[in-house]
Amino acid sequence: MRDFSYFRASSVDEARNAVLQAGGALLAGGTTLLDLAKCGVAEPATVVDITHLSGLGEINVDASSAVIGALARMGDVADHTQIRAAFPAVAESLSLAASAQLRNMATIGGNLLQRTRCPYFRDPATFPACNKRNPGSGCPAIGGVTRNHAVLGTSDACIATYPGDLAVALVAFDAFVDLGSRKVSVDDFFLLPGDTPDRETVLGRGEMIVGIGIPASAAARNSTYLKVRDRQSYEFAAASAAVGVELEADGKTVRDIRVALGGVATKPWRARAVEQALIGKALDVETVERASGLAMEGAVSHGGNRYKIELAPRVVARAILKMAQNVGGLA
Amino acid sequence: MTIMETRKHGDASDGMIGGRQTRFEGQLKVTGAATYALEYPVEGLAHAVLVQSTIPAGQVVSIDTSKALEAPGVLLVLTPEDDLGLTTASDWHGNRPENQPYHPLPREVRFNGESIATVIAETREQAVEAAKLLDIVYAEAPSVASLDDPNAGEGKAVDMLNVAWGDAEAALAAAPVMIEAEYSTPREYHVAMEPHGLTVKWDGDQLTVWEPSQWSHGMARSYAEWFAIPYENVRLISPFIGGGFGSKGAALAYSAVAAFAARKLGRPVKLAVTRPQNFTSYGGRAATRQTIRLGATEDGVLQAIVHRGASETSTYADWPEQTGAATSILYKVENFSSQHRIVPVNTVTPGALRGPGKNPSAYGIECAMDELAWKLGMDPLDLRLKNYADRDYQSGKPWSTRRLREALMEGAEAFGWSKRSHQPRSMREGRTLIGWGIGCGTFPVIQAPSEAMIRILGNGRVEVVSGAIDMGQGTYTILAQTAADVFGVPVSQVDVKLGDSRLPGSAIAGGSMLAGSILGAVHKAATAARDELIGLALSDANSPLRDTGANTLTFGDGRISVSRGEGPSLTLPELMAALGRDELEIRRNTLPDGATAQEHHQAWTTMAKVRGPTMGDYSMHSWCAHFAEVRVDEDFGTVRVSRMVSAFDCGRLYNPRLVESQWRGGIIMGIGQALLEEGLVDQRNGRMMNSNVGDYLVPTNSDIPDIQVISVGVPDFNASALGGKGVGEVGIVGVAPAIANAVFHATGKRVRDLPITLEKLI
Repeated sequence: MRDFSYFRASSVDEARNAVLQAGGALLAGGTTLLDLAKCGVAEPATVVDITHLSGLGEINVDASSAVIGALARMGDVADHTQIRAAFPAVAESLSLAASAQLRNMATIGGNLLQRTRCPYFRDPATFPACNKRNPGSGCPAIGGVTRNHAVLGTSDACIATYPGDLAVALVAFDAFVDLGSRKVSVDDFFLLPGDTPDRETVLGRGEMIVGIGIPASAAARNSTYLKVRDRQSYEFAAASAAVGVELEADGKTVRDIRVALGGVATKPWRARAVEQALIGKALDVETVERASGLAMEGAVSHGGNRYKIELAPRVVARAILKMAQNVGGLA
Repeated sequence: MTIMETRKHGDASDGMIGGRQTRFEGQLKVTGAATYALEYPVEGLAHAVLVQSTIPAGQVVSIDTSKALEAPGVLLVLTPEDDLGLTTASDWHGNRPENQPYHPLPREVRFNGESIATVIAETREQAVEAAKLLDIVYAEAPSVASLDDPNAGEGKAVDMLNVAWGDAEAALAAAPVMIEAEYSTPREYHVAMEPHGLTVKWDGDQLTVWEPSQWSHGMARSYAEWFAIPYENVRLISPFIGGGFGSKGAALAYSAVAAFAARKLGRPVKLAVTRPQNFTSYGGRAATRQTIRLGATEDGVLQAIVHRGASETSTYADWPEQTGAATSILYKVENFSSQHRIVPVNTVTPGALRGPGKNPSAYGIECAMDELAWKLGMDPLDLRLKNYADRDYQSGKPWSTRRLREALMEGAEAFGWSKRSHQPRSMREGRTLIGWGIGCGTFPVIQAPSEAMIRILGNGRVEVVSGAIDMGQGTYTILAQTAADVFGVPVSQVDVKLGDSRLPGSAIAGGSMLAGSILGAVHKAATAARDELIGLALSDANSPLRDTGANTLTFGDGRISVSRGEGPSLTLPELMAALGRDELEIRRNTLPDGATAQEHHQAWTTMAKVRGPTMGDYSMHSWCAHFAEVRVDEDFGTVRVSRMVSAFDCGRLYNPRLVESQWRGGIIMGIGQALLEEGLVDQRNGRMMNSNVGDYLVPTNSDIPDIQVISVGVPDFNASALGGKGVGEVGIVGVAPAIANAVFHATGKRVRDLPITLEKLI
């Protein structure tokens, strides 16, 4: 048996200290940690249970922002009335993720840190090489079964898709991750794989997510999360888009637009080129479709995932058009 | 029209044959009181963990077990070095090679994911960790990953599957209208809710195995033969099974290893096959491809069918997934040719999965008929009716019953088919394209002898005892209904004991043959027991019914009475008391009279006595017609089934509620097959890349629309003693083509390889 020690932290500082030990891993909802332990990817020496920490499960929404504790459950955030009103894309990204049972267990902090579903990453017995698990050992996914791999943000070292939905909505609305001692924008929090795909976030040793903050905005209030997949429920996105739109007082011209993509990139992917192409414009079908194509700038196919390059702009366009229609701004 | 009305629960007639009795064991299951194979609280268990190969082909050169053996709690490590001293068991037909050693942990690796070692420890966790410490050295050999591998080649012909009549090539050449298309299906898997595994215990040379089983007697035989012990020494217990779908009909390599380990250690062993290991511990449905050419007159009369199919098999056993199995019997055609090949690749040998053969076969022919209808400008329903088979053109025999026409007509009526527009892409709501499609299905009536025991106890309870199994399809319930019917007592007065190889012999729960076969035996035994009681009641000196002058008695409303209604009337316990009996036990089977002991054994433990659909005077099959409505997002290519209407001819229904459940289950699996299910193989090393239920997708509740099922069957007493035909498998057959045809109607795109995932439509 692989013995590990279990430590129940009674404060954030205690948890941080405990997780500093070699092989330390935080345990919250457990839905990712246990899954990775079962497939042999995670082998923690110390499990630091933070589920009993007080004050980290709260959801507070006011006129300027939402502040959500790291231990808030996915399901609770998804169902939160004020989140649904002020940040519909955030609520939808959560309710379209995982299954009801998982959403009842999994926490917001853990959700951000869920790891890729790349089947090569998850099968260490057969594929000892994996730059994420074993830096410098190679990437067996390249040249393999790549239907669900990323087309954006990839490198020669890694093409694994960031699997989450919530982070996609967060990155669209300039949310930040609260690490206690510092706050980092969600966009900066996640790293591109580059040559170091083992480093997925800027989390330093002994750091932990204590919460997230989402600035309120008109775009966030008029937002949606559109998730496309073969199975109606309980599947990771083939492509998804978080979109928010704010129009000028004329009811036509785009003042602010937010576009982020999921299921197609190595990290939650803000599509700023699409946004730039539409700010100041009136939204009609042709304009939106042309701009949405910019979401795939720099996209690279690895065979089985080629369809994503075709699909993702359509998902973006649909989501933008839906939001334009929602505020009566569709020309 | 005979749409199933949902009758009010609790109707007294629900307990009779044909009643809608709810599941006999349902409460045990939903309350967790039903005990499954890995849940038996056996004292002193050791835990075994399988180690599977990570290469597709080659040799295990060595396995260094030293570190594993030093790990805490480890009791035993088995590798190809260990001679387990086992002997190869018979195949399903009872054929057995002479004294051939059996190595369930082979030195030669034949596929990626083959079990090559086992670690047994005090706890499962200890065994899992120790298994990681094995140092395995392989000598890898060249391999063929799948049917799609360029090196797979054309494989070998299976001559016994060649079917031909008339002159198909000549008729095709002469036909004014011809279509040709190739269809393919991927590897598909059972994904039963309950993964495989077993608990096993020796007492001297007596072996007890708790293992989910579709065939308690057949699997017990394998253990007896592996370990060279008398059949009677093996007891396989399997009262509850969390789904099988064809995967739990044989004892497998890991079963032998677990039983060996238990004997070697002198303590019981539990072996749980993990979900990923389930994908390579036994085979799913083989990948297939088939080319179909149809020739027809301009007004849609079929002139010829030419079919060429191939399926994947392993390098060490031949398993043909018969792509021509439905092709030959669905339509009237004077010229026919079908051939099938098998292509060995480095995979676990494929196996039976709900509707084997018929399922991919119907996918091919039913899509091809749709393509022909489109080419002819005909309605697909009209084309099917125009070419309705008046007899079985393959065997030349008349149908026993074939109400496929009624299924097509009543299904079409309920679906509203007449409102279908002919043109693809002609129905839409916004960006959603809507399409309608038909697919027909069939499954043969297979019969096997069975045995059952009826025991009437002094307290009036009636026991039905059989080694048959219930994997969720309703065996407990319909056996109870049958006995209740014969004795005129409520179902609540009946007990049913199943799932134990020590109990009377039974047909396998496979090939949709169990209900028809076992009910024949139960009905025979129950009727004999009733006759015995009547005889005693009329002749026993202490029977109040003796001097009534009646020559027979009536069983009804829980009482035994003189038929004309005058005279005394007794309950079962009253009669048993009057007769001074504690128990009355009758055992009957449906073997021919005078069958030898050897024939009995053979009948319950092999397929030797199984009768196919055309072995008698008739050709006997279940039939169905599916009508599907799909909604396709034209930008995203996502397909959702929004409505299904399916009409079935399965003869008499013993319990419509449970039959409808079986049909719907088959349809749901068919939706998965059409849209989601696909084993993904890395072409470089033959590794299954989605061997878990997060990545191998089966439908969720939200993928399943309203499914309306209709019965158009009539009792078929050639098919079974009580008039039913098989219901378990026919439901899946024809669903995938109905959906594929609906997708064509919606989009104008013909996707000829399953599953129809979004990238094939954008």
